[in-house]
Amino acid sequence: MAYPAKYRYTKEHEWIDASDNNLATIGITDYAQHALGDVVFVELPKSGAEIKTGKSFGSIESVKAVSDIYAPASGEVVEANAELQNKPETINTDPQGAAWLIKVKLSNPAEISGLMDAKAYEAFIAEKEKEASA
Amino acid sequence: MLPSIFANQNRTETSKYSFMSEARKTPLNALHRRLGAKMVNFGGWDMPVEYPSSGGLLAEHRAVRNGAGLFDVSHMGDIRIKTARTKGGALAAVQHLTMNDASKLAVGQAHYSAMLYPEGTFVDDVIVHRLGEDDFLLVINAGTREKDIGWVRKNTAHLDCVVEDLSDAWTQLAIQGPRAIEVLQKLTTADLSQIKGYWFTHGTVCGFANTLIARTGYTGEDGFEIYIPSDVAASEKTWNSVIDAGSEYGIVPCGLGARNTLRLEAKMALYGHEISDSINVWEAGLDRYCKMDKGDFIGRASLEEAKRKPLTRTLVGLEMVERGIARDEYRCWGEAGAEIGVVTSGSPSPTLGKNIALAYVKPEMSELGTTILVEIRSQKCRAKVVATPFYKRARKAAAQPVAN
Repeated sequence: MAYPAKYRYTKEHEWIDASDNNLATIGITDYAQHALGDVVFVELPKSGAEIKTGKSFGSIESVKAVSDIYAPASGEVVEANAELQNKPETINTDPQGAAWLIKVKLSNPAEISGLMDAKAYEAFIAEKEKEASA
Repeated sequence: MLPSIFANQNRTETSKYSFMSEARKTPLNALHRRLGAKMVNFGGWDMPVEYPSSGGLLAEHRAVRNGAGLFDVSHMGDIRIKTARTKGGALAAVQHLTMNDASKLAVGQAHYSAMLYPEGTFVDDVIVHRLGEDDFLLVINAGTREKDIGWVRKNTAHLDCVVEDLSDAWTQLAIQGPRAIEVLQKLTTADLSQIKGYWFTHGTVCGFANTLIARTGYTGEDGFEIYIPSDVAASEKTWNSVIDAGSEYGIVPCGLGARNTLRLEAKMALYGHEISDSINVWEAGLDRYCKMDKGDFIGRASLEEAKRKPLTRTLVGLEMVERGIARDEYRCWGEAGAEIGVVTSGSPSPTLGKNIALAYVKPEMSELGTTILVEIRSQKCRAKVVATPFYKRARKAAAQPVAN
């Protein structure tokens, strides 16, 4: 699965799409869903909740493990993806599209510039894969 | 957000063996990687947790419940105990070391048992196979190998037996599932229908003569475990032959993830979780494998004493009523507000479609139907005590009597 050029990426494998002015969309990458395996449960904040850069704002559970999701930027949650409540497995099939997690009104959009672009993220995970197969 | 897969596996052991920085590999390691398996460190071993090429953990789990699955379990250890001089020496050693009554084993028979500390807590759980009148094989856990072999040597030094560590001599494969017998039968001269559950035989498998074939497993399903030579060529040849033979039954390679959900549904204990060096036999509910009347054995005196006192905790099965998945080490609370126990294993149950768990709770909270609150990321989620095992396979129906 390709990593969209308009997204920015974290080392914790979240993506953020801040192309829509200040209303950003956040999700996890294809690399992350693959590492997780079958997703069975998603816990997301309610709209109105504050998220803070680098802090956990929810969790995703696969059959075998729980993983925290970290905020790529700070802001206020405007909407959480309600579809994921009943269909968490969408995260495995379309993590970078239909299975977005939250929409956020960013408090400091400039933060995004510190994140990796698609090319840098691809290089980052290529390095990870190399470590794993060593 | 990378998952800490199996972070708590064998937690009581990892600290002791943390000096082993280099993960050990089974002879099938390269094959797992070629298959694209996700690998994890399990008890010091670099093992496949799931195979995306099999469809992942859930698909692997279902293959074992409905057809067949193949597991590399070569990380398990094997200790052989033979008589040194006088008939009965090996039996006496096994009786001293383990809690079940090995004198009841016929040659060709195996049983579940455990080695205990003097305190009546667990060194490890083991499958004891009686290879001959004076010849036993103990199959032990991967994460406890060094500890176990040291324990066996130390505690049998004064006895009339020879102890051999055969852990690296074999590649151990588990073929599990209702169709496992048909899969393996294609590859062996032995008549598998003649092997009852927890019995074994020796036969030629994939051209390897005198292969130990045991009707055992860790999935709650029918199946076999075979012990073949541990060189890479023999191991890969056998693995591929089993996959080919099983293709018509939908066999897939299965990893430790499915092994864990399968054993949990069947309520089979995992060392470091339901049993450990701080949990005793009565608490773990393994009474029926502990034969107090067989004569003395390590741990017996403490268990005798413990039996006179009421239990302070007991192992129960939980089913989540509210949304949420109970996980290892989550705390349990009563409705009245008191902390009453801890989860030892928890997962979604692929077979039941529910979230299940095993937990140690205060005995007064162990009645079926009791409400227990599991603390999941600071939220207390409702669960109830349910009967175990969570899953029990349907036994093949006996021949129906003809109506007249």
